[in-house]
Amino acid sequence: MKILVPVKRVIDYNVKPRVKADGTGVDLANVKMSMNPFDEIAIEEAIRLKEKGVATEVIAVSIGVAKAQETLRTSLAMGADRAILIQTDEEVEPLGVAKLLAKVQEEEGAGLIILGKQAIDDDSNQTGQMLAALLNLPQGTFASKVEVEGDSVSVTREVDGGLETVKLSTPAIITTDLRLNEPRYASLPNIMKAKSKPLAQKTPADYGVDISARLETLKVVEPPKRTAGVKVADVDELVAKLKAMGVAA
Amino acid sequence: MKTLVWVEHEGGAVKDATLSAVTAAAKLGEVHLLVVGEGVSAVADAAAKIAGVGKVHVADDAAFGHALAENVAPLIVELMGHHDAFIAPATSNGKNIAPRVAALLDVMQISDILSVESEDTFTRPIYAGNAIATVKSKDAKKVITVRGTAFEKAERDGGSGTVEAVASTGDKGLSSFVGAEIAKLERPELTSAKIIVSGGRALKDGPTFEEVIFPLADKLGAAVGASRAAVDAGYVPNDYQVGQTGKIVAPEVYVAVGISGAIQHLAGMKDSKTIIAINKDEDAPIFQVADIGLVGDLFKVVPELTGKL
Repeated sequence: MKILVPVKRVIDYNVKPRVKADGTGVDLANVKMSMNPFDEIAIEEAIRLKEKGVATEVIAVSIGVAKAQETLRTSLAMGADRAILIQTDEEVEPLGVAKLLAKVQEEEGAGLIILGKQAIDDDSNQTGQMLAALLNLPQGTFASKVEVEGDSVSVTREVDGGLETVKLSTPAIITTDLRLNEPRYASLPNIMKAKSKPLAQKTPADYGVDISARLETLKVVEPPKRTAGVKVADVDELVAKLKAMGVAA
Repeated sequence: MKTLVWVEHEGGAVKDATLSAVTAAAKLGEVHLLVVGEGVSAVADAAAKIAGVGKVHVADDAAFGHALAENVAPLIVELMGHHDAFIAPATSNGKNIAPRVAALLDVMQISDILSVESEDTFTRPIYAGNAIATVKSKDAKKVITVRGTAFEKAERDGGSGTVEAVASTGDKGLSSFVGAEIAKLERPELTSAKIIVSGGRALKDGPTFEEVIFPLADKLGAAVGASRAAVDAGYVPNDYQVGQTGKIVAPEVYVAVGISGAIQHLAGMKDSKTIIAINKDEDAPIFQVADIGLVGDLFKVVPELTGKL
């Protein structure tokens, strides 16, 4: 069974994003970029399934600028077998991404497609569910445990009240939550090896998909700022404040 | 504009998240509700009483018992034939189902809206709430999820909606529900609590977390939350997590104990009315957003605070 893992190049999760003064977006010039953390978890899960003998091949796919190659090389260094870059300078929305991924799946016929549940830049949390809809496949979102059993997969999901387990027929779509696994670091020899693994270059036009934006961003602003308040010296002073607020009797 | 609002319910009762979504929907036009589940007539009756509600569509079928997106999305798509917008609270069900509906309708969803600016323009947080985008949708139909903390709750009473049964679209046979481990809540629920006491990694382990945080929470009648670090370390289950990818909360009072204040945690709680931070590191970023800060050893300070309240 093949596993397809879409990955996105995003601002590094340790960097505090700055809104551009002209209100057109977030300033990404000279900012450290990395693989979306949820996608790292997706790659890790796919590699583990390959190591267990469940999967035969792990294919990483990215849609984005030429530099998204770096993200794909990271996937390859972690253990993916080959990569596909669908290169575009346009910002592609989750719906467009899902349409492109649906075309890739038509060619690849993967048994599982594992995606991060959301990208930490646009925080949409949509692509996996949309892809499942377009392909008419089952979806196991926000996964904290994945077990492949023959031609079905059992997915434990992190939901508002706790955990829920669903059984999906394969092929299936899975989106990862934080506690599915801890992604490995790529070793230096594997980083070197990744340089010679195959990376196919495509464009959205190759797949005949219209990726024009449906949402127009009118402006981007900073949220209202909170300012630091007061520091109290001891518990008694804190208790007095709580009483004054009516929180404590 | 005619809107269709997903009713989030549990144990026969309409959840608060629904009421915020109703308020958002009312800004767009007529509010119709959709109650989906198995044996949900009591929920439908309760939903019909929500202020400002018109029709309540009820799809009562075994195939809908666990709100599987594969079964529910085709039903919603059918109903969207005569509605202009599908609106769901940004709960785990809403986040699971809405994008599936959007793709089937060939619509780009607007996630987690903070405000309705006009019929087609909304604001939403991006980059863990470090930026707020105003977006205009070019799609004829809208699919929207609503951040509960950003909208007032509609009144549970005063409405006189009419309940109407809709035919089931059946079980699509793609997925099945196996089981759930749903935590029994002895305390208020995080997303609707007025006061929250949250613990971080500094709590050391599960038993210590319970020993220090729970008594303070109980004294204050508060819900208990946790940072991602505390959940990752296994002190408490995932449903306690407050943050960018956990629960978004905005209580009257948020007490952060031993939480340093990572960007992704702040994203989940910085709209709280009053933030109180207790941390031994006086340079911890949490103090930059806290209204009241106390620098000290939480293992001494928190029991003392609990004792004095």
